Amino acid sequence: MRKAFTALAVAAAVVASGGVADAKTFKWGFQTDTSSLDPHAHNVTFTLGFLGNVYEGLVRRDADLQFEPGLATKWENVEPTRWRFYLRQGVKFHNGNDFNADDVIFSYERTKNEDANLRGRVVGITDVVKVDDYTVDFITEKPNPIIYYEWDTWFMMDKEWSEANGATTPTNLSKGVESFAAHNSNGTGAFMIKERQTDVKTVLVPNPNWWDKPQHNLTEVIMTPIGQDATRVAALLSGEVDMVYPVPVQDIDRVNKNDGTSVLVGPELRTIFLYMDMFRDELLYSNVKGKNPFKDVRVRQAMYHAIDIEAIKKKIMRGLSDPSAIMISPKLFDKSEGFARLGYDRSKAKELLAEAGYPDGFETRMDCPNDRYVNDEQICQAIVSMLAKVGIKSTLVAEPKAKYFARIAPKGGSDYAFGLLGWTPGSFDSWNVLWNLLATPTPDMGRGLYNYSGYSNARVDELADLIGVETDKAKRDALIEEAFKISTEEVATIPLHQQALAWGKRDNIELKQRADNQFRFYYVNVK
Amino acid sequence: MAAFILRRLAQSILVMLVVSLVAFYMFQFLGDPINQMVGIDTPQAEREALRERLGLNDPMIIRFGKFVMNAAQLDFGLSYQHKQPVVDLLMERMPATIELSLVSAIIAFCLALPAGVYTGLYRHRWSSKALLTLSLIGISIPTFLIGILFIYLFAVILGWLPSFGRGDVLTLPGGWTTGLFTVSGLKAIILPATTLGLFTLTLIMRLIRAEMLEVLRTDYIKFARARGLTNRAVNFGHALKNTLVPVITVTGLLLGNLIAFAIITESVFQWPGMGRLFLQAIQEVDLPVMSAYLVMISFLFVVINLIVDILYYVVDPRLRVEGHGGGH
Repeated sequence: MRKAFTALAVAAAVVASGGVADAKTFKWGFQTDTSSLDPHAHNVTFTLGFLGNVYEGLVRRDADLQFEPGLATKWENVEPTRWRFYLRQGVKFHNGNDFNADDVIFSYERTKNEDANLRGRVVGITDVVKVDDYTVDFITEKPNPIIYYEWDTWFMMDKEWSEANGATTPTNLSKGVESFAAHNSNGTGAFMIKERQTDVKTVLVPNPNWWDKPQHNLTEVIMTPIGQDATRVAALLSGEVDMVYPVPVQDIDRVNKNDGTSVLVGPELRTIFLYMDMFRDELLYSNVKGKNPFKDVRVRQAMYHAIDIEAIKKKIMRGLSDPSAIMISPKLFDKSEGFARLGYDRSKAKELLAEAGYPDGFETRMDCPNDRYVNDEQICQAIVSMLAKVGIKSTLVAEPKAKYFARIAPKGGSDYAFGLLGWTPGSFDSWNVLWNLLATPTPDMGRGLYNYSGYSNARVDELADLIGVETDKAKRDALIEEAFKISTEEVATIPLHQQALAWGKRDNIELKQRADNQFRFYYVNVK
Repeated sequence: MAAFILRRLAQSILVMLVVSLVAFYMFQFLGDPINQMVGIDTPQAEREALRERLGLNDPMIIRFGKFVMNAAQLDFGLSYQHKQPVVDLLMERMPATIELSLVSAIIAFCLALPAGVYTGLYRHRWSSKALLTLSLIGISIPTFLIGILFIYLFAVILGWLPSFGRGDVLTLPGGWTTGLFTVSGLKAIILPATTLGLFTLTLIMRLIRAEMLEVLRTDYIKFARARGLTNRAVNFGHALKNTLVPVITVTGLLLGNLIAFAIITESVFQWPGMGRLFLQAIQEVDLPVMSAYLVMISFLFVVINLIVDILYYVVDPRLRVEGHGGGH
């Protein structure tokens, strides 16, 4: 009896230690914590990217950002204003509940709530109809060729679970009602949250019942927010974590030179660009009175020619930027190679300025954030000095993003002459850029929300409307090309570059870096 | 006595009100909280609606009134960023900050006492001068830099101590979390507590030294020596004892400072305390968190001052005369 017991204990110990030997814990640190576990509460890349490991949408994007089936196996446009989604059968939520059409309709209703920051995902949808348990129709007001483009981060929640726990709406800030879903999760995704200490650490374990075949070999994931750049890099160098991002540009060398660590760099989708006030009749902070030099296309071209983008790339971005010619990442628009930047040419710039009536240039002010984009303030400093060399003398005002964005917004009085911004189209589609950055602003700001140049061209507006409803890809691309051609020729904005992503990791970690800076653990392998 | 305490309490409440009003007013210049709360392509109308619902369009005086009424009931609303009650957030992080501050106070005091006494007694020795020079460095290097230097030396190069976080914590009954009873928790607190305590250490050491020098010059020390008491009895029994009275008062006040100024240390070491919460709140213009934190810290200082005042009142009979209106 006793022998049998000992044998059993030994066997158990062997199994247990075997388990330990195979355990692959992956530790990583990011700048901040995920702001909430509620998938509909906060429209922020990092939070949604993190939750993408726990929750899933109807569609999914692979490591190259191409669409692939998610909780829907296929979808089709049955009528111009009716999209049909066929749901994957046999999918279970983490608590064991089945996923079906009712959950999709519930998630749609929940996202429509005014406290759901993700309302944009379902805007323009008039109704969602259950065809059968595993087929759902989305009815739209107008034809919408890109209805599902942002649905990889529109996550499905369990109706029964949400109702049972009082989580049918996201947290209501004004009424002070907190949602259960902000601290608890029940997704269908590859990982389940095992432990959550806000701002300290979040522990995830693989979902054993995941419908997809895991490509990872992890048994546990520990996420820690590490706010300070230096501390985050130190944590990687000292081996306390296996991966961190972002790695500041100036630390990349250090991480690469260190034994056992390296930095994975790749272009991000965000386009950094300059906007110029061309709507006011008199330029602010300028010695030019009674008119606005930026209204003259030659002045805008002169600015463009004055900027030495290669110097910015080399000196400030340390090689980690891709100069861009249009307002969208080349990765996201097939016809992008037809566009080229205006060359760096100082004498040409001076010539253009003289032609426009400013042989001696003029003075104004440049506005810039200093904690938003990679080396944003340094880029602005460089641009100020480059412009000064052709006669445009501007004083630089660089300030934290919270102040900067408030001041340059229409509500803050559009307080700028020209400045720097970055934009990533949430849908990864050109229409978003045309609509938000290049179309004429409407008084209610439904359109042209970030068209701080105040650029206005009737044909571009018309094209934006057409592109919004054109479902034929070839025709649509041609329309997009035309819109970018017009706005580029008229220098509506000056695109600068796509900044690079920098993920630091230990050499025994294999992962896939997505250009949208979302991190999926189901591609991670620990060797 | 009761009248004095009541009067001081009334003053304290007034101070709290003024502090919150100033804080409240300053937040107007921090930027727009809405921008940090919504996605970049959220339409203007939706932003406006959110602003309206949060009451951000109300006149400042109304917002302040609401804030005070709620704060009096310990309700600081929901954090814009974390979407959780602010009180919960602060309570969750308070143990970490208090533990860090206490440990650094202990480290500071335990090192400052012998160092101060030593440099006071043997002020001409080269080792005393070396200690004083070192302490000067401790005062002049910014906390941030010291923290980073510690991290690179002890975490990256030597690999002895963790560079961030609090290690494993235990939850005591009542919800208080502590890292002082786990190995990783103890290891994790060394660097941040030393960093935070360095300035206080230097200050107390120099204070003790100055007081020692002062006391050693007094007549009763001379007489004690004349009576033939041992050096040990004179230095520790008489001199040090009398030195400690002001030192303890200052140390008490410094503890308040440690809690309030743990912000930078917490941020460098990713210490999950209230200071870091506050710093993040500033970056994200999380108004409810900022207001609550400031009110709490000023409350702490007001309470410490109140206690110190009452103690003085008890200790020093001269103060009491005025209280009786000179009725004798």
